Amino acid sequence: MTKRKAGVARRVLAAAALLGATALGSAATIGQAAAQEGIYVPLFTYRTGPFAGSGIPIADGMRDYLTMLNERDGGIGGVKIVLDECETGYDTKKGLECYDAVKGKKPVVVNPWSTGITLPLIPKASVDKIPILSMAYGLSASARGDIFPWVFNPPDTYWDGLGIILRYIGQQEGGLEKLKGKKIGYIYFDGGFGKEPIPLFEQLAKDFGFDLKLYPVAPGDMQNQSSQWLSVRRDRPDFMVMYGWGAMNPTAIKEAAKINYPMEKFVSIWWPGEDDIRGTDGAKGFKMINWHGIGTDYPALKDIQKFVVDKGLSKANKDKVGELLYNRGVYNSLLIAEGIAQAQKITGKKAVDGADVRRGLENLNLDEARLKELGLAGFTGTLKLTCDNHNGHRPAFIQQWDGAKWVKITDPIEPMPDKVKPLLDAAAQDYAEKNPGWPKRSEPCDKAS
Amino acid sequence: MFYREAGQYKTSYAADMAIFPIRQDRIGIAVILLIAFVIIPVFGNQFFLSSVMIPTLVFSLAAIGLNILTGYTGLISLGTAAFMGVGAYACYKLTSWFPGVNILVWIIASGFVSAGVGALFGLPSLRIKGFYLVVATLAAQFFLQWCFVRIPWLVNYNTSGAIEVPERTLFGVVITGANATPTARYLVLLSVVAALTWFASNLVHGRVGRAWMAVRDMDIAAELMGIRLLTTKLLAFAVSSFYCGVAGALMVFLWYGSAEPEVFVINQSFLVLFMVIIGGLGSLIGSFMGAALIYMLPIVLRMLPAALGLPIASATVEHLQFIIVGALIIVFLIAEPHGLARLWQTGKQKLRIWPFPY
Repeated sequence: MTKRKAGVARRVLAAAALLGATALGSAATIGQAAAQEGIYVPLFTYRTGPFAGSGIPIADGMRDYLTMLNERDGGIGGVKIVLDECETGYDTKKGLECYDAVKGKKPVVVNPWSTGITLPLIPKASVDKIPILSMAYGLSASARGDIFPWVFNPPDTYWDGLGIILRYIGQQEGGLEKLKGKKIGYIYFDGGFGKEPIPLFEQLAKDFGFDLKLYPVAPGDMQNQSSQWLSVRRDRPDFMVMYGWGAMNPTAIKEAAKINYPMEKFVSIWWPGEDDIRGTDGAKGFKMINWHGIGTDYPALKDIQKFVVDKGLSKANKDKVGELLYNRGVYNSLLIAEGIAQAQKITGKKAVDGADVRRGLENLNLDEARLKELGLAGFTGTLKLTCDNHNGHRPAFIQQWDGAKWVKITDPIEPMPDKVKPLLDAAAQDYAEKNPGWPKRSEPCDKAS
Repeated sequence: MFYREAGQYKTSYAADMAIFPIRQDRIGIAVILLIAFVIIPVFGNQFFLSSVMIPTLVFSLAAIGLNILTGYTGLISLGTAAFMGVGAYACYKLTSWFPGVNILVWIIASGFVSAGVGALFGLPSLRIKGFYLVVATLAAQFFLQWCFVRIPWLVNYNTSGAIEVPERTLFGVVITGANATPTARYLVLLSVVAALTWFASNLVHGRVGRAWMAVRDMDIAAELMGIRLLTTKLLAFAVSSFYCGVAGALMVFLWYGSAEPEVFVINQSFLVLFMVIIGGLGSLIGSFMGAALIYMLPIVLRMLPAALGLPIASATVEHLQFIIVGALIIVFLIAEPHGLARLWQTGKQKLRIWPFPY
């Protein structure tokens, strides 16, 4: 070995030793950090990675609403919220790492923002006494509060979403029975989330006599859907339904425009954002489900602008505030804040913990009056959760892209509880049975206050 | 000064050929085991155990598996994640069929399932080499990944499409599922990894290992010396897949607790391949070093700003971490293309003549 090379080797060794030492040192400090004053709310976000396009506005919305409460009201019930972002990159490994990192700091609720991260956390929730709020994603069966007391997934499951879409398509055709003989295409993310509605879809196809065509998009091929759309072009379905996420949404919209698929017959679940569709020629007419307002014409959103954005406390660009996914983040934080507020009301404590917030979420009651009080009148429909119903199964409306913005085009449409309930119950029972020793609900149920 | 073998006389061939011929090395390994088995579980906190040590050990085992194939036998594979997946799904099926049998038995047994699948996909290695073999293993990766997504039987028809790890105990202690403490999971994992590493060490230092290395260095010469390529290469694939399968089962049962098919994507194969390359091809300790560097370093970098009290947003830290880890990998490879294991060797060599180098 030459002298120079030996020198390099020595330096590298020294560097490695130093890194090793810091590794042990910093790992030791984690989790021992003294609990700060306030209610600790970790936010699992993904501002990096392939899903960052959707992750950034959501993260900003969640963060800004809670920051606004801190700035305007000094927190919730006079207790500051301690916000802590943990970057998951939509990666299950990193999500679990985030969970372990925040667990020691007594979080009152976690929002995994990824079905892949939600699933491993579900069994942990009851052990660690940390409720999970997986807002309209995660395990649909967790809507059953009697089996999953620690998991909440309001306001709708993916099955409810499908019910709403089909009801809407039925309306377009003049009644669900008119769907007989029609062809409905389903383009979906070929993973847990996209596959979940298929059993319901197949059953509905049988019940209403329409022909279901499946177009799976593999996770690795989200940006390459030409073969799927070639099949769509061949099959010419009367309607297209999409369950996509991340890069899959803009690609599908572009491909649909390319083959001149009639956009007003293309309906998506609630995940595409403005950035997924803006700038695509021929995307005008595209439709999706949504359950909350867009824009900043609500007092609470105005407060976010006043107390957070204008003070430079937000990470979002000014013009992004009020966009669809930003407001989705706001909605998520609204649920967190209401859960905490309810918990304070029930327990009479100021500094609530995870178990209290679980009770708070279970007694969540966002009625018109409360929404008005929060400065969000008309922002979203009412939502009431109970011990058994951790979802709400709320109606949602359809909105359409007019080339520059989303326009609400229907009144809220009810999901199909009669079709969904049996599936939901079966899935929940199945989960409990396949996990022997799944704990029976031991948490007492608060009488509705 | 302290690290030298002067005065240690070997009186038998076995002693001379021992894996750790120097007494200080034997003491060193004993100290490492003591730290791993006693000090870390006693003093490490939950985060350190469950988010640093457990993943690193799982990846170390997977890296050993790939190292047997790539480092010792010279056959490059990109199917590591898929073989890990086979182990995980096999273990899940086995334990749901026979819940009464100890989970450790099934974790090891799932390694054999993975070994079978690995040997099957290893068959083309007899005819093709190098890049072409990479393509063949890539096919294995995509085919198996497709199976994980498409065959609901593999996950017992769970609507979530994911493995949901049931609770299992060992000597009355819960070791899988949400109720298992990180300490219990860590100790079980460490025991399995230590035992399998010991086994691998014996394997690569013995006749089988020498045959692998002969094939790696020149397969025609090896064949002329009487090594049967068919059995040797297939054995390498089988053993390698066995290790990967066990690593996959351990990963899902002792670490994740639930796994979607997306866990076993090609990125994970690359991750393990990087660990092997950075750690050192054809070295067991390199597998551990590579796994530690690639897995621990990002965590440390993520923790560093918070530990130092720097107000950096977590997303920025993430970007910085990508830059720093990428740069460090290049630095390490330039400084020592043979990986951390060679660096370690060099360090030991220098220590022997310290403080009077000649």
